[in-house]
Amino acid sequence: MLFFIETVLSGLMAGVMYSLVALGFVLIFKASGIFNFAQGVFCLFAALTFVGIMEKTGVPWPVSFVLTVGVMIALAWAIERFLLSHLVNQEPIILFMATIGLAYFLEGLGDLMWGSDVKPLDIGLPSGASDWMLDTFDIYVEKLEVVAAVVAAALVTGLAVFFQKTRIGRALRAVADDHQAALSVGISLRTIWVIVWSVAGIVALVAGIMWGAKSGVQFSLSLIALKALPVLILGGFTSIPGAIVGGLIIGVGEKVAEIYLGPFVGGAIENWFAYMLALAFLLVRPQGLFGERIIERV
Amino acid sequence: MRLKDLAIGIAALAIAAPIAATAASAYELTIPSLVYRTGPYAPSGIPFANGYADYFTLLNERDGGINGAKINVVECETAYNTQQGVECYENTKNQGESGALVYQPLSTGISYQLIPKAEVDQIPIFTMGYGRTSAADGTTFPWIFNPPGTYWDLASGMVNYAAAVEGGLENLSGKTLALVYHNSAYGKEPIRTLESLAEKHGFKLELLPVDHPGQEQKATWLQIRRLRPDWVFMWGWGVMNQVAVKEAASIRFPMDRFIGNWWSGSEQDVLPAGGDANGYLSATFHAPGPDFPLHQEILEKVYGAGKGAGEKERVGEVLYNRGLIAAVWTVEAIRKAMEIKGSNEIKASDVRDGFDALKVDEARLAELGLPNFTYPVELSCAVHSNPGTILIQQWDAGAKKWTVIASGIQPDREVIDPLIAEDAAAYAKEANITPRECNN
Repeated sequence: MLFFIETVLSGLMAGVMYSLVALGFVLIFKASGIFNFAQGVFCLFAALTFVGIMEKTGVPWPVSFVLTVGVMIALAWAIERFLLSHLVNQEPIILFMATIGLAYFLEGLGDLMWGSDVKPLDIGLPSGASDWMLDTFDIYVEKLEVVAAVVAAALVTGLAVFFQKTRIGRALRAVADDHQAALSVGISLRTIWVIVWSVAGIVALVAGIMWGAKSGVQFSLSLIALKALPVLILGGFTSIPGAIVGGLIIGVGEKVAEIYLGPFVGGAIENWFAYMLALAFLLVRPQGLFGERIIERV
Repeated sequence: MRLKDLAIGIAALAIAAPIAATAASAYELTIPSLVYRTGPYAPSGIPFANGYADYFTLLNERDGGINGAKINVVECETAYNTQQGVECYENTKNQGESGALVYQPLSTGISYQLIPKAEVDQIPIFTMGYGRTSAADGTTFPWIFNPPGTYWDLASGMVNYAAAVEGGLENLSGKTLALVYHNSAYGKEPIRTLESLAEKHGFKLELLPVDHPGQEQKATWLQIRRLRPDWVFMWGWGVMNQVAVKEAASIRFPMDRFIGNWWSGSEQDVLPAGGDANGYLSATFHAPGPDFPLHQEILEKVYGAGKGAGEKERVGEVLYNRGLIAAVWTVEAIRKAMEIKGSNEIKASDVRDGFDALKVDEARLAELGLPNFTYPVELSCAVHSNPGTILIQQWDAGAKKWTVIASGIQPDREVIDPLIAEDAAAYAKEANITPRECNN
């Protein structure tokens, strides 16, 4: 029983890490209807820039964090200026293809700027098992993942306040609801897009730091997007709480499956099991758990 | 007048160019280098590619190539992707006057795809310490070479090291050994040997696959926590190694009972874990570090001339040294091929003969500037992998360096040789191959 609790707890913690990546997808999809294939590379690029600035200049991490936020905002502006503004009113698949191109471009740019080596990320985040949990209950909980859970909670709270209480947040929601109506009341679509891509960039930076602390910052970070996809399918592409709950369900589901089902089928099932779980949800609720209901009028 | 000068100039160039080309048309040796400098496995691929390239550059700079024939290294990016690797092979195999002389795919997946192609194209494939283990049987695999050891030698050597620590092979009985492996052709390679060894010595083997790329391994390490194995062996690559070392430290698994194979023991694998990686073990077949005359020569003549493939501070890293020794053995096989043919105008089939007769003993290693760097290698028509001896190195997180703590560990030939013969025979039957006759 104790081991099962440990498995579920680890699944929940891993799920939070997936949610951090999924949040960036949701933000952009919610505001602009674009499925940003480059979100995983955003995490990589942001983390590379963050570590790269620290390595090259020797500045403390908070300074590097602020500078990287600046870089991500500049990147959002450049994406809007040189990519999205030329693709307004295009089919969603065109925009999706553009983000695939963007992913490859950013990966190459990151490589060119900071190199391909593994960059250890040491900013004082705790690592290893929680001694208290291990010694008192013999339950293994990773300290870094507890921090990630706290950061994710703070991030979601911050985003909720931003969306609900601020003028820009309301404008973002207006754009998400209806582009044309938002434009007609004087909301600048271009400004909104820059803001939302900037916020997604900052979320990517946080996710990149958390994942980078686990394995060092390296190019495989871009593949964590694959972990976010089932989370999105399950939670819904337009819901921030959906990204969190979806992450938790996928995290627990895949860990329980790997440990209790894996040995009977040769193991290494957690990746495809997450997609199977998402597929099962898709059959019942195509819009995901918290997604907006799809109504097609004919 | 100026037009006239120009016309005369062009005419002079037109006459002179072929003469100049003839003067510079010494026979060139084409050596394709399948590298991965991009993608998730780049941190492991880059240092190997740099070590491989730097040795050829040194020979071109210092000696004008090999016996006067310049070496043309043609890099092709595979991103550790099997399909891209095969495309690289097809695109480079006919390049240059010599054609591709030998391939070093640095991927077991690519190696498996190239085995039947090598037979048809008659190009040797040097899968140094990786690839298909039974390729060690030169009668069935005349074009594939995998010295200085196979994955089965490696697995057996690691078991023998664990036995030595436990106080003897008899003490392995009742123990549990977990294999954490990359869920790919590469990662699955040692399973057969470990199963045979488990049966022979009475230890329990637990198999724990990790899917590509291995960024998330929580479930694997929870299972290790539950199973509480006495030893964990790892067949990892790329990010899988870094995450595994960190996860092992997190669950407080003793690092001196955790052994990575020789592709899971580079600086890149342990540095991200910081102090947590202290004491981690890995197998290897050569010394770490830059303290050899050859390294000093590379630093002076290649990096000093601004022609180094990477950063000079990284010369001597584990995977750099691995690429370097791969190039050294390749060049020695080419020298042997030239010696056998009596000419430096060799083709791939001649290089195969060179590999068949490859002998790099301690005296030769010393001549090459690598005294006591690795074990002597001696191949033959029938034996394409040798000697299979391993070393164990341990990571010192404080000093940030590897130290060799055990050497001369031999594999269990009694178990491995019949397995190789059996697997080679099965391949010969499946591919409808008649093994060649060998006198040695």
